[in-house]
Amino acid sequence: MSGIPHDHYEPKSGFEKWLDERLPIVGLAYGTLMIPTPKNLNWWWIWGIVLAFCLVMQIVTGIILVMHYTPHVDLAFASVEHIMRNVNGGHMIRYIHMNGASLFFLAVYIHIFRGLFYGSYKAPREITWIVGMIIYLLMMATGFMGYVLPWGQMSFWGATVITGLFGAIPFIGEPLQTFLLGGPAVDNATLNRFFSLHYLLPFVIAALVAVHIWAFHTTGNNNPTGVEVRRGSKEEAKKDTLPFWPYFVIKDLFALGLILIGFFAIVGFMPNYLGHPDNYIEANALATPAHIVPEWYFLPFYAILRAFTADVWVVQLVSFLTGGIIDAKFFGVLAMFGAIIVMALAPWLDTSSVRSGQYRPAFKWWYRLLLIDFVVLMWVGARDTNFPHDWISLIGSTYWFAYFLVILPLLGLFEKPSTPPATIEEDFNAHYPGAAE
Amino acid sequence: MIKQLTASAIVALGLATGAAQAAGAGGEVHDTAFSFEGPFGKYDKEQLRRGLKVYTEVCAACHGLRYVPLRTLSDKGGPEYTEDEVRAYAAENFTIYDPELDDDRARVPADFFPTVSGEGMGPDLSLMAKARAGFHGPAGTGINQLVKGMGGAEYIASFLTAFNGKEQEVAGQYLNGNDVFPGGWTSMPPQLEDGSVEFDDGHNNSAHHLAEDVAAFLMWTAEPKMMARKQAGFISVLMLVLLTSLLYLTNKKLWAPHKGKKFDA
Repeated sequence: MSGIPHDHYEPKSGFEKWLDERLPIVGLAYGTLMIPTPKNLNWWWIWGIVLAFCLVMQIVTGIILVMHYTPHVDLAFASVEHIMRNVNGGHMIRYIHMNGASLFFLAVYIHIFRGLFYGSYKAPREITWIVGMIIYLLMMATGFMGYVLPWGQMSFWGATVITGLFGAIPFIGEPLQTFLLGGPAVDNATLNRFFSLHYLLPFVIAALVAVHIWAFHTTGNNNPTGVEVRRGSKEEAKKDTLPFWPYFVIKDLFALGLILIGFFAIVGFMPNYLGHPDNYIEANALATPAHIVPEWYFLPFYAILRAFTADVWVVQLVSFLTGGIIDAKFFGVLAMFGAIIVMALAPWLDTSSVRSGQYRPAFKWWYRLLLIDFVVLMWVGARDTNFPHDWISLIGSTYWFAYFLVILPLLGLFEKPSTPPATIEEDFNAHYPGAAE
Repeated sequence: MIKQLTASAIVALGLATGAAQAAGAGGEVHDTAFSFEGPFGKYDKEQLRRGLKVYTEVCAACHGLRYVPLRTLSDKGGPEYTEDEVRAYAAENFTIYDPELDDDRARVPADFFPTVSGEGMGPDLSLMAKARAGFHGPAGTGINQLVKGMGGAEYIASFLTAFNGKEQEVAGQYLNGNDVFPGGWTSMPPQLEDGSVEFDDGHNNSAHHLAEDVAAFLMWTAEPKMMARKQAGFISVLMLVLLTSLLYLTNKKLWAPHKGKKFDA
């Protein structure tokens, strides 16, 4: 268990002892809630709670929606309208679920970029990072399949475009795509399996969230300095930490409250702000929308997918070397998944001996550029592919890969980091001079 | 710190509107100050009633409202007719095939507005006001949805009054020039003229006003629960402000001794 020395649960009454010998569940809950947490965590550390809240909110609203939804191509669109018009409170449940997906992704992106800045992915937290990346991938799959369920125009054509990506895989692509869709094109079989998986995956995510928490409760939280909690004795550890309950629970709930104010303002006053008008038109296989645009949270990776067209020399080179097996379309698919894989490999690509970006003068600038890059890719992902958008997405994609594959490995070798404080206590007391007494 | 968090959240949301922006329609959609815009906007019951009349006398010939139950005409936050008025309206205007009678019968409030399809008929209008976005300003961020809505009603009102009188025949189909319709040509002929529909109370019935009234009505058919939703949103925000304020104080007091600060409350 946790390497940080701390108090353990002691069963006192007869019943507690009786239960603890058979099922140490109270001790598990106690250990999880009272975990020693670095007391210098800043406000970027609140997004984990927001994410946990989002998962619960999406599962609860989702289960209610399923009670009224019909997964059939002739009835799905109408059943969503039934929810919006005839189900008591249905319009709120549906709008919360719809916008909840956006809050979920906003939170996960901030959570990921917090980890990238403070080096939360570095040893010994690689497993936490990798499990997090798998959760993120499953979230994307779940979000994508959920978007198909209302069976609007963008649902249908989004599904057609995205499943087409699998069709680009050489040799097995076409049968694979047919297998995924349950037929030659997006149809009732597709809707049914997406519905089934959209219901299943959130529970897989919930299980992986437990693993994610288990992993970082074993290593202890990272913190803004990247300096580890002192573990020599309980007294020493107590100088660096405070228990999760009540200190961080209350702090995180306060932040969650602030975020939910914004969330409910959007749900109440502009619930379709992040949606696409075309999705209020029922799916029609005979009419392609003028622009097929994915949801905002897919846009950076959608931009990377589209960036590598057949006229890019790297694509031509790879195509030549592989005898045409890797064509531009498949290259784009590889780039899109590769963009997430290089991020998942960050623990091994980052060679710096210093964990937190706060003490890495050069890293800070490359990191900021990565943030801007992400935002630019998101912007360009919603644009057409004409000049200059094609160049912007190509440069943006190139930087994304360069950051992980070139800059992170090299920075560790050449950068002169400043010295982090010796202890978390020292950092905390520097922020709160009164605390030292 | 909180300021930074909020700012980053706003930036991220602003970016997200890229998706909405790409759905731009052609032509110029002019802004109309509808009563239902903004966080506290409400439908104007009288306008919805006028719009229903325009729909019934003009649009219903070629367009259905298949997702709208007739009984909702008496719902709070809608045109708010009495149940008897709705029954009379349904019976007077629409019939439906009844398999038990093997014949048509008059519609009752439990029925829906008709589904209209077939040669020369137009698309269903139930959700049209949400399926079109009139504008995405400022600077493509779409933030003005908060105060102006997404412009679907504006699109409809502008479209109905944007016929420019041009006609052409393409592959046996007559197309009419329209400055708002994407592409500039629509198979729908111009419908509204000054005085097309008469109102009992003598309300202004210029084409411009008729278009706005029916656009408001179609916003209601697309989003009948809008007023309930805004109220729920407002109350949620209010309760959360209260809860968050209490959590703020709790947090401050909880941490004060550890930060070496004083807390008096």
